[in-house]
Amino acid sequence: MTQLNARIPEGPLAEKWNNYKASQKLVNPANKRKLDIIVVGTGLAGASAAASLGELGFNVKAFCYQDSPRRAHSIAAQGGINAAKNYPNDGDSVYRLYYDTIKGGDYRAREANVYRLAEVSGSIIDQCVAQGVPFAREYGGLLDNRSFGGAQVSRTFYARGQTGQQLLLGAYSAMMRQVKLGRVKLYPRTEMLDVVLIDGKARGIITRNLVTGKIERHFGHAVVIATGGYGRAFFLSTNAMGSNSSAVWQIYKKGAYFANPAFVQIHPTCIPVHGDYQSKLTLMSESLRNDGRIWVPKKKEDVEALRSGRIKPGDIAEDDRDYYLERRYPAFGNLVPRDVASRAAKERCDAGYGVGSGLAVYLDFKEAIGRLGKHVIEERYGNLFQMYEKIVDDNPYETPMMIYPAIHYCMGGIWVDYELMTNIPGLFSIGECNFSDHGANRLGASALMQGLADGYFVLPYTIQNYLAGEILTPRIPVTQPEFEESENSVRERLNKLMQIGGKQSADQLHRKFGLHLWETVGMARNRKELEKAVKDFSALREEFWADLRVTGMVDEFNPELEKASRVADFIEIGELMARDALQREESCGGHFREEYQTEEGEAKRDDNDFMFVGAWEYAGQGKEPILHKESLIYENIKVQSRNYKI
Amino acid sequence: MDFTLKIWRQENAKAKGRFETYNITGISADCSFLEMLDILNQQLIDKIEKPICFDHDCREGICGACSLYINGHPHGPDTGVTTCQLHMRKFKDGDTIIIEPWRAKPFPVIKDLVVDRSAFDQIIEAGGFVSVNTGGVPDANAIPVPRVDAETAMDAAACIGCGACVATCKNASAMLFVAAKVSQFALLPQGKIEAKERAINMVAKMDELGFGNCTNTGACEAECPKNISISHIARLNREYLTANIS
Repeated sequence: MTQLNARIPEGPLAEKWNNYKASQKLVNPANKRKLDIIVVGTGLAGASAAASLGELGFNVKAFCYQDSPRRAHSIAAQGGINAAKNYPNDGDSVYRLYYDTIKGGDYRAREANVYRLAEVSGSIIDQCVAQGVPFAREYGGLLDNRSFGGAQVSRTFYARGQTGQQLLLGAYSAMMRQVKLGRVKLYPRTEMLDVVLIDGKARGIITRNLVTGKIERHFGHAVVIATGGYGRAFFLSTNAMGSNSSAVWQIYKKGAYFANPAFVQIHPTCIPVHGDYQSKLTLMSESLRNDGRIWVPKKKEDVEALRSGRIKPGDIAEDDRDYYLERRYPAFGNLVPRDVASRAAKERCDAGYGVGSGLAVYLDFKEAIGRLGKHVIEERYGNLFQMYEKIVDDNPYETPMMIYPAIHYCMGGIWVDYELMTNIPGLFSIGECNFSDHGANRLGASALMQGLADGYFVLPYTIQNYLAGEILTPRIPVTQPEFEESENSVRERLNKLMQIGGKQSADQLHRKFGLHLWETVGMARNRKELEKAVKDFSALREEFWADLRVTGMVDEFNPELEKASRVADFIEIGELMARDALQREESCGGHFREEYQTEEGEAKRDDNDFMFVGAWEYAGQGKEPILHKESLIYENIKVQSRNYKI
Repeated sequence: MDFTLKIWRQENAKAKGRFETYNITGISADCSFLEMLDILNQQLIDKIEKPICFDHDCREGICGACSLYINGHPHGPDTGVTTCQLHMRKFKDGDTIIIEPWRAKPFPVIKDLVVDRSAFDQIIEAGGFVSVNTGGVPDANAIPVPRVDAETAMDAAACIGCGACVATCKNASAMLFVAAKVSQFALLPQGKIEAKERAINMVAKMDELGFGNCTNTGACEAECPKNISISHIARLNREYLTANIS
């Protein structure tokens, strides 16, 4: 085990980023033209990076598995994007956004990165407005803000319930402009299947054209991975069906460290599971908690009557309702951070107070409709209410929504230093697929902020510090043996998947594995279950490679093969998640170990022994990975237990 | 619920397609349309037959990937939803359901129900952006925008680029798609500066790619899963006309 060095610049926290920019190496315009950059993934981070790097004059190749880069899953983000603009004059500042993010992350995020994130947050809003993003506005024509979980100020900018869509289309438009100018070349329906290292540096990738099945080689002076999180490992999640972590897993297997894989976010407000044929879960934006009140019945007999359909939620008297978040956390009430809200819902349901199938709680707008009028609620959340009604066939204006927590986001990811570079030179990781900014829990409306911060305002600077050393490196021909070897191993693996000839489809194996992952590395974890899970996942991997059935052929459009390849990686990630959850003998943020809780059932952190980033190094198939640590040092914030009660 | 499905199967872009009939039984009314196809595909895989290919991703109505033409309607019989948000409760037990790909010359079939919609990306590339680089832009509140303009721009910007408007149009016109983008930017001060070139370039690209003309039948508005109004087409026409005479 080694201590990792994040290469954080010297100086006071508030001056680090400026100092870095003042002293970093840059690449002059003539040399930029000679340098190629590969960007994998076209979500908020990938598209904004590709656009910005293209504008600077680099040659960019952008890859995505979707048929169009505009469909990356950032598009599904609903609620908003945080920025320390302090437009509402309610006491916000860069420091406060940094403070809330560190605290919200339960003191497991890297201080310098988070401060930089807060610093550039305002520029993101300026940029998006300049691109024509139609944010919500006040009657005076200025931008509107709303509040979100984990903060006492209103700093969230939004475009109805489609903020992710609008920000992504802004970044996509900017990227398409560079496509027109010839600075970005697009590769849609293309999946990265390996990274190519030459003399220890990232020099390219191997891809599969998903339409023809053709395997292709691509060279880059640097490779940027922006492929999102691994939440889809759980099978049921709010991620898109195609969301995957294969690029991340390939670079891990080539030596990039994987940090805090156990830190996944379980979002408190999702539509509950309703059948065993279900393919995904749908999120209801956290913004709903601004006006909705969460409750379950106080009395077990009411629970019984509700479940059997004898009474309706509206029949339960006010005094017989347990607004458990308001009861347990008076200061933040329904706006506690996601991990706290999710665990509280689980606690009530486990205690037998869940409604619906037993795994659901109410999110009730009756009081808000009474206070503000139906039209205001409709204006704020109309599209979300409609979405709910279409799925559940119930009208949330009249009867409370039913919600339950679901896997939503991954705080863990590839380890990167201050420059967002992995431990492999020339290999960068941005957006959700890196680990750096959200610690053990991400606050609402911070994912969009981080994705765009990385892509627009951080990577375009830091990547130059690396590329300045590469200006004399000519474009390496893809006929080099390293490309050849990499392509061969990709072909071999695909052929192997095709030839197993077993009985179970990729979906069947994925569902079985995912549900087991949810039970063991989900909302509550313990040593016994985790130890068993590590063994079970290893057995499941063997079952996968012995009993998989992939129809069709390798050299054609074949979604079954795509799924199989991704599921193979998910199962291995699951094993690493369980190992990480096992080594972290504390509870923090989204990581809740049942052995480590206070008498009141709150998460109990262990700052003496676990105030570090746990970064795993791949040691080979069947071997135990090696844990490296990066100590977390907080010089500008008092580390305290997270209190949302007073 | 039980259904008879008549589904378009086509091996690849060059092959000749045909309808195949499948029977499926015991489907829950709460099952989504795509989940019903998942169940059918599992049954095909169990028989070592090739599953039906269709585009889908977010399954919550926002990515615009799903694109099925169901019983003569893009995204099926329900209104204001994409195929992935359509649930089987919208059908009757015993129904025969006909499932086809988007049919339009600029959207060639890739396989079965999957079509190539990269023409939409090319239209955006032609001018669907505001020419600003990262950095060096004014403060977000420097230019106030009337709320009503921002809201109308947002109505247009809600387009998910699914192509239902093209699929339903008897002329395979992409006017609603182009109009949504032109209108969004024309309404905002940030986009006004390039409004002329944008309208001309995007329309020219649309024509070049083989999309048809608009004859104001309004089918696109009726079938748009995001309820985008044809008033945006009127705005596009105005922008286009002004651009050409000034």
